[in-house]
Amino acid sequence: MKRDIFKAIADPTRRAILVLIAAQAMTPNSLAEHFDTTRQAVSKHLKVLTECELVKQEHQGREIYYQLDFNKMKEIDKWLEQLRKIWEDRFNQLDKVLSKLKANKK
Amino acid sequence: MKNTLLFDFTVDKSTSTVFVYREFAAESDLVWNAFTEKEILDQWWAPKPWLSRTKRMNFEVGGRRLYAMVSPEGHEHWSIQHYTAIIPITNFKFVSAFADQDENINKEFPSSKWNLDFSEFEGVTKVDITIKHKELADLERHLQMGFKEAFTGTLNDLDQLLTNLNVTAK
Repeated sequence: MKRDIFKAIADPTRRAILVLIAAQAMTPNSLAEHFDTTRQAVSKHLKVLTECELVKQEHQGREIYYQLDFNKMKEIDKWLEQLRKIWEDRFNQLDKVLSKLKANKK
Repeated sequence: MKNTLLFDFTVDKSTSTVFVYREFAAESDLVWNAFTEKEILDQWWAPKPWLSRTKRMNFEVGGRRLYAMVSPEGHEHWSIQHYTAIIPITNFKFVSAFADQDENINKEFPSSKWNLDFSEFEGVTKVDITIKHKELADLERHLQMGFKEAFTGTLNDLDQLLTNLNVTAK
C-alpha cells in the first residue's frame, strides 16, 4: 500500500524522527531514547515513514538502521517548485496588465 | 526606476504556510484594483493557458467571489473566496474553498486562509501574501485540483515531442 507522504510528515514525532536520522542512520532503540514514547510507538512511526519511502532500512548484523531517502524528500520540493512557477507566471501576467492600466490612466 | 522587481516564494512545511512576496512597478491603488476588481483579476489570475472566469464578485466584508479556473480543454474548477476583512489599499483577507458553480462548498477539501498586504514606496508596490493551510497535504490537493491537468498536459506534449524527435532521428 502506498501511503500519503504529506499525512506522514504532518505528524510532529515523525518529523522529529526525520530530522534525527537526517544527521545519521539510527536504530529504533537509539531513536526511542529521544522520545517520551515506547520503542513500539517509534517502530510504528518508522513503518509509516518506510511505507511512503521517506526512509530506508539497512541491515547491519542483527541491527536495523534507518536512514533518510533523499530522493523522496526532493519529490516534495518538486511540486512546491510547480506552485512557485504558477505564482511567477501569474505575476508576470499582472505586470503586463498593470502597464496597460498605467498607460490608460495617463 | 529599478528594473528588477523582487519575487520571493517560501513554504514553511511545519506550519503548512506559503509566503509569496512580489514588487510591482505601479502605484498601490492600481495594484489594489488589479487584486480586487473582477474584470482585472480575470486577466491575470490564471496562469496561461488556463483562464480565470469570475461569475460573481461582491468585494466587501462577508461578500464572496465565485470563479472558475478553466482548463484549455474547457474543464471548470470552481472556487469561492469569502472576504473576512478589508482595509482599502493596504490589506484584505479571505477564506478560499473549492465549490461548484452554484456556490456549494466542497467540504471534502479543507479551506485555506489568505492574508494580503499592500504597501507602496516611490511608485513601487510591495505585495505580501500569506496562505495558511490546515496541513501540508492540502497544499498538494490545491495544486492537483487546480493545475494537475495543465502540468500533465505540458508533460504529455513534451513526451509527444520527444517521441516525434526520436522517430525522425531514426
